[in-house]
Amino acid sequence: MPKLYSGAEIVFKCLEDQNVSHIFGYPGGAVLPIYDELKNFNSIKHILVRHEQGAGHAAEGYARSSGKPGVLLVTSGPGATNAVTALTDAYMDSVPLVCITGQVPTHLIGTDAFQECDTTGITRPCTKHNWLVKDINDLAEIMHKAFEVATTGRPGPVLVDIPKDIQFQKTKYKNYQKVKKLNGKSHDNFSQKNIDDLIGLISKAKKPIFYTGGGVVNSGPKASELLRELVYATGFPITSTLQGLGCFPADDNQFLGMLGMHGTYEANNAMYSCDLMINIGARFDDRITGKIDEFSPKSKKVHIDIDPSSINKNVKVDLPIVGDIKSVLTSTLKTLKKSKKNFSKSNKHQISNWWEKIQKWRSKRSLDYIGSDETIKPQYAIERLYELTKDRDAYITTEVGQHQMWAAQHYKFNKPNRWMTSGGLGTMGYGLPAAVGVQIAHPKKLVVDIAGEASVLMTMQEMSTAVQYNLPIKIFILNNEYMGMVRQWQELLHDKNYSESYTAALPDFVKMAEAYGCVGIRAKTPEELDDKIIEMLNTDRPVIFDCLVDKQENCFPMIPSGKPHNQMLLGPKDQKEKKITGKGRTLV
Amino acid sequence: MVNSKSAYSVAGKKQKNDTHIIVVWVDNEAGVLARVVGLFSGRGYNIESLAVAEVNQKENISRITIVTTGTPQVIDQIKLQLKKLVPVHKVADFKREDKNVIFKEMALFKFVANSEKLIKAFKACKNFNPVVLDETNKSKVIQITALRREIDKMSKNLTKFGLVSVSRTGAVAMTRGSDVFK
Repeated sequence: MPKLYSGAEIVFKCLEDQNVSHIFGYPGGAVLPIYDELKNFNSIKHILVRHEQGAGHAAEGYARSSGKPGVLLVTSGPGATNAVTALTDAYMDSVPLVCITGQVPTHLIGTDAFQECDTTGITRPCTKHNWLVKDINDLAEIMHKAFEVATTGRPGPVLVDIPKDIQFQKTKYKNYQKVKKLNGKSHDNFSQKNIDDLIGLISKAKKPIFYTGGGVVNSGPKASELLRELVYATGFPITSTLQGLGCFPADDNQFLGMLGMHGTYEANNAMYSCDLMINIGARFDDRITGKIDEFSPKSKKVHIDIDPSSINKNVKVDLPIVGDIKSVLTSTLKTLKKSKKNFSKSNKHQISNWWEKIQKWRSKRSLDYIGSDETIKPQYAIERLYELTKDRDAYITTEVGQHQMWAAQHYKFNKPNRWMTSGGLGTMGYGLPAAVGVQIAHPKKLVVDIAGEASVLMTMQEMSTAVQYNLPIKIFILNNEYMGMVRQWQELLHDKNYSESYTAALPDFVKMAEAYGCVGIRAKTPEELDDKIIEMLNTDRPVIFDCLVDKQENCFPMIPSGKPHNQMLLGPKDQKEKKITGKGRTLV
Repeated sequence: MVNSKSAYSVAGKKQKNDTHIIVVWVDNEAGVLARVVGLFSGRGYNIESLAVAEVNQKENISRITIVTTGTPQVIDQIKLQLKKLVPVHKVADFKREDKNVIFKEMALFKFVANSEKLIKAFKACKNFNPVVLDETNKSKVIQITALRREIDKMSKNLTKFGLVSVSRTGAVAMTRGSDVFK
């Protein structure tokens, strides 16, 4: 007779078969049988977080930096609801997560039992799919399918809800065989004709631009290599969304910087004026397009995406190509090399005027700021952090707000999977737990969370996790005592009525670090900043770095409300001339 | 216009709305209807009517017929989003005006009136395949099958014959001829 396994054992057998090495979680009544089995599976290490949201973001950081799905294990009721923010965040940013939740025993479902909630109902809109396991014989199949759904097509979170009695019941376990196709939902269905059309557009374009996004990261490191090859082979300029940073080296001359609301002047103007836009793995988000009616009015638009529902959702495109970016780029390069040898040279003349125009926009130096000897400018802090860490292949996470935009503008990424930030959902409190997850995936690497003091307080409890597992993450707080981005909008749009955006009674972050058992460092002046950063980098323990920055600094450039890409606000000087008024306020 | 202080973009140009009938073949499993309906409510799409039942017991397939309105862009999104759901097998979409597709709704009318009015009521239904399902000397329950707007009209016109209660289904659809939607 074959050996019988309990539901709890089957959960771990499945995780083993899926090569899961780490899970992030928090125990509770409805998952106790699973936690009881943990000791019998040595290949799986459990990371105990301090809040289930932290488990979710840590799993996201793990997934984004490693390319593997992140796994979290939480209990029923509050455990599940606490994970909802992280699941929604992963859904918006296409991060593969597998969330396992406990549930009250099947006979109690629907009775408002202790710690019961309709987990699958609550998480239906924020997962790719979810399952309530009602029969022990379905468990293994559901677990494996969960991994498949999470990681194929456009990646995203899934959830498996397992009632406690199912965790105790026993059944056989069949060894797992990987299936290739899922319900016909693989999306590599572009044709050579699509590629030929693309090459046709590329060879005709006089003002082309590549606009790339997080899809390139999700397609794997090979996709980034192919992207670089294509960009060099064409000689075209390239801009990237927030999520796509790192796919193309930021210090390369062909890179125009990030685009969108806080993107560079050259990137946004090039997007507005181009005659060919090649969108690779981005989704025309509203922070990118600004006013949709005036978005890049004169261009032919190509959209390469694995998710057919992203095509024509916000912006109508001329040439949709549905497929995995890696395979689309492979075909494109192959065709380009065959039909047009030395294209970048032969085409140089055709786009030379375009490059001249771009250089003119570039000469505005839109990321410049007014320096100071007395106070630390936040941009300066990030520049110094970049200079002092650029040779160390650092992994950067962020919270959400001004510091996030400054990090995106001033920290130069040269590799994919090095930049973890909450773009779609904009979750304050993402960065610290994400850094925990990144450090778990890359124990030897430098991991820095560029944070704001308001955001980081939302998930500060995870410092305790970092200390427990000796994760030397660096929490680099740009402390301006304000919810900076809220303050900025209030200054620009609400007549400087700083309603509730100032945090009185902030904790002393250095003492707080000590209380957690890690290291606290404070920098107050530009003069001491470098030394303090070096001190932080030389500390082989978790560090909270309290960087006191200018409280009034605003994040520029900025596409003001109601304006298309070609009408940007550049800086404090420019702002006086173009005051935001009337209808414009709605758009920020 | 009052200055809005919302943090998001104002709505762009409005396009014309069309009525479409969307047919979805799904695995008949727990929660599948909630997934489909939740997608509509979550993304702000309309549902005018809905009909759902299992059509293939062997393979556990249910057929959901949804009447919806939207701009061409919205209808496209509805189809693409539906196709992304894991239990969804295929999605068909027909315009209401489509001549190659049959649409039908069923309605049950209950009349309470004298026998003279009841006879008139039955006669008024004669174009819509009326079937008398229940009869007493004071009342009648009549079943008809027709298009949505015909039933709308009938339920308005029949009040004078003692119509007291209407129960109706959502539309179901089937293509004409020998073609089967794949």
